[in-house]
Amino acid sequence: MQILAILIPVSLFLGGIGLVAFVWALRSRQFEDPQGDASRILTKEFDDKPAPGSQP
Amino acid sequence: MAYEASGLVSGGMSACPACVAAPAAEHLAALQKPEAARLILSLPAAHCATCISTVETALRAHTGVVSARVNLTLRRVSVEAAPEITAADLSNVLKAVGFEAHELDPGLLSMTETDRQGRELLMRLGVAFFAMMNIMLLSVAVWSGAEAATRDTFHWISATIAIPAVIFVGQPFFKSAWAALRVGRLGMDVPISLALILATSISLYETMHSGEKTYFDAAVMLAFFLLLGRYLDHRSRALARSAAEELAALEVPRAIVLEEGIEHLRPIGQVAKGDLVLVRPGGRMPVDGEVVTGTSEVDRGLLTGESLPVFAGPGCVVSAGEVNLTGPLTLRVLAAGRESSLHRMADLVAAAESARNRFTTLAERAARFYAPIVHVLSFSAFGFWMWKTGGDLRFAVNISAAVLIITCPCALGLAVPAVVTAASGKLFRKGVLIKNGTALERLAEVDMVVFDKTGTLTLGAPDPANLKGIGDQVQSVALALAKASSHPLAAALAGRILTSPAPVTDLHEVPGYGIEGQLDGRRVRLGRADWVGVTAVPQTATYLGMEGQAPVAFTFTDQIRPGAEAAIAGLKAQGKAIKLVSGDHEAAVKAFADRVGIADWVAGALPVEKAALVRGLAVQGHKVLMVGDGLNDTEALAAAHVSISPAQALDAARVASDIVLLGHDLAPIADAARISRQATRRMVQNFEISAAYNVIAVPLALMGAATPLAAALAMSLSSISVSLNALRLK
Repeated sequence: MQILAILIPVSLFLGGIGLVAFVWALRSRQFEDPQGDASRILTKEFDDKPAPGSQP
Repeated sequence: MAYEASGLVSGGMSACPACVAAPAAEHLAALQKPEAARLILSLPAAHCATCISTVETALRAHTGVVSARVNLTLRRVSVEAAPEITAADLSNVLKAVGFEAHELDPGLLSMTETDRQGRELLMRLGVAFFAMMNIMLLSVAVWSGAEAATRDTFHWISATIAIPAVIFVGQPFFKSAWAALRVGRLGMDVPISLALILATSISLYETMHSGEKTYFDAAVMLAFFLLLGRYLDHRSRALARSAAEELAALEVPRAIVLEEGIEHLRPIGQVAKGDLVLVRPGGRMPVDGEVVTGTSEVDRGLLTGESLPVFAGPGCVVSAGEVNLTGPLTLRVLAAGRESSLHRMADLVAAAESARNRFTTLAERAARFYAPIVHVLSFSAFGFWMWKTGGDLRFAVNISAAVLIITCPCALGLAVPAVVTAASGKLFRKGVLIKNGTALERLAEVDMVVFDKTGTLTLGAPDPANLKGIGDQVQSVALALAKASSHPLAAALAGRILTSPAPVTDLHEVPGYGIEGQLDGRRVRLGRADWVGVTAVPQTATYLGMEGQAPVAFTFTDQIRPGAEAAIAGLKAQGKAIKLVSGDHEAAVKAFADRVGIADWVAGALPVEKAALVRGLAVQGHKVLMVGDGLNDTEALAAAHVSISPAQALDAARVASDIVLLGHDLAPIADAARISRQATRRMVQNFEISAAYNVIAVPLALMGAATPLAAALAMSLSSISVSLNALRLK
C-alpha cells in the first residue's frame, strides 16, 4: 500500500497538467473556430511555408 | 444589397512597446501612415476546407489586403486591408470566385458578454471533468472493497478535490436557484443546488466519521452533466444571438446629408427633420421625406409588395426602405430615426412579439411538473426514515441526499439542449439559421403555411416574358437602349436579348421616365408608357417607342425563387395547408399561384390585412408559419406562430422572424419543418428515457438501497442514452 503514497499524487499531478493545458487552450482562444481548424489541417497549401500573416 | 457607404470603423491598433522607445520622428511617420482597416464579411455558403483556401487566396491576391482569415464555425471572414478597400470591393472579389458575401458591422460584432459567459461555462466544465475523473478513479477502489484506513484516505482525498470543485463549478446553479427562491419559485436549479450542497456536506460528515458511503463522485458528476447541458444550451443560444447581431449589422444605415451644397456621410441617427438628404440611384431611402429636386422611379416592392416601379418627382412623398432606381433625388426629411415609418413598424413588431414570448417550451413544462416531485420525494423519504429509525438523523439525511441525487435529472438537463444542438447544427448546414430558442418547437406544431409572393417565392427580379413574339430588329434597338441604363427592367432586358445591339447614338437617360437615343435620324425611347405615348398594359412592362412605328411593350414576370416549388411540394407532402397572400394586383398573383400550384390565394392585401389574416387563422385554431420578406409582411411575421424570412429580406422583416434562410434557395423550409418535428419527438423520447431510469432507481433510493455506485451508473447511463438518442436525428 506504500505505493499509493506515490501513485495518487502522480495521478493527480498528471490530471492537473491536463487541466492546466485545457485552461491554456481556452485562454489562447483555440476553441473559437473548431470547424475551421478541423478543415485547415487537410489543406496542403501551407505545407512548405507558413501562411503570410499567420500570427493571430 | 446596397453598399452605399465605405467609411468603415478601422481596427484599433495597439501600440507595441518598441514603438514607445522608437525615435519621435519615426513615431510620427508611423502615425501618418494610414491605419489598416478591419472588415468583416459573412460567408453563408462556406462549408469546407477548399472553401477556406479559395476565399483566403482570392482575398490575399487582391491588392491592399494584408491578411484574411476565415472562421468556418461562424461563417465569417475577417480581413485586414488598406483603408481605401471597401467591403463592396471584397464582396465583388468573392462573388468572382463563387461566394456570396455580405458586409457586417465590426462594431456590433466585437467580443460580447455572451462570449465571456461561454468561456466561463467551458472553464467550469473542464474543472468539473477533472474533478469527476479523479474522484471516480478513487471511488472505483472504494467500490471494489477498499477498507478502513485506505477507504478513509481515499474519501479525504476525494473531499479535498470535490469541495472546492463543487463550490466553483456549482455557481451558475446556486445563483439561479437563489434568484428563483427570492421570487418564491421552485425552478429546476433549486433541487439541483440542494442535491449538490446536501450530497457534499453529508459526504464530508461521513468522511469525518469514517463512514462507508460518500457521494462526492455523484455530486461532481451531477454538476458535470448538468453543466454540459447548460453549455450546449448556451452555445445554441449564443449562435442564435450572434446570428441576430449579424443580421442587424448587415445593413449599416447611413445617409448623405447636403449642407450648403456639400455632401456629408452621416449615420442615420444624426439626421434631423428638415435636413436635405441625397439618395443616389440604386440606394435605399434612409428616411421618410418629400422630394425637392430630381425625378426618378422608386421600387416600393419591399414595403407594399407592388412589383411595378412608381414615378417620383418634386412634391412626391417617399418613405424609408424604398429603393431609388434611376435618377438622383434630393429629399427634405419629414421623419428620421425613431419617427420614421420603418421604426413605427418595428414598434408594432415588438408588441406582437411579446405574445410569442409566452410560449412554454417542453423543458419548462417538464421542469414545472418535475421540481415539486423531487422535493416531495426527498423530504418524505427523510421524514419516513426519521420516524422508522427513531430519529437517526444521519441515516435519514443520507437517504434524502441519495434520493435527490438520483432524481436530479442529469438526463433531463441534457434532454433538450442535446436535441436542439443536433437539430440546429443540421439545419445550419442546410443554410437555415434558427434565431429564437423556442422556434424549433413552435415550427413543429405548424399546420398551415402562409407565403408572401414578391421577394419570397419570387426573387423580386423581373424576367422578360414576351421576347419570343418580338422581331429581332426591334429587340436589337431595345438592347442598345437597355444597355445604357441601370434600371432593373432594362438590366433584365439587356441580360436576356441575344441579338447584337443596333447602332443607336446620342444615348441619354431621362431620370424617372426612361432612356432615349437616335437611330438613323429618328428618336427612339424605352421607358414608361405615358412617356413613350401608349396606354399601359396591366402587367409589369416597359415600352419601346420608335418614331414612325407602333410602340412595342416588353412584359415581365417575376423570376421564381429556386427551390420554391420543392418547398411547396415538400410542405404539402407533410400535410400542411398552403396559402399565398400578396400585396400585388390580382392578375399577377393568380398567374403566379397557378404556376407554383397554390390553390388558395389572396391578392392586393395591405400590410394590416395580412396581419389580420394571420391572426384570424390563429383564432380558427391554426398554427401558422409565415414566410415573408418585405416590410409589408413584418407585422404578419410577428403575428404568426413562427416565421421565416430569406437573408435578402429587409432588416425589419429579418428581425421579426424566428428563422432566416441564408441562401437563395427556399427548399430548406420543407427540411426545417421535417427536422423540427423529429426534434420535438426526440425531446419527448428523452424525457421518457430519463423517467424510465427514475422509475427503476427512485424506489431503490427510497428504500435506502441506492449505493453511490448505483447512483453513478444511473446518472452516466441515462445521460449517454439521451445524448445518443439526440444524435439519431436525420
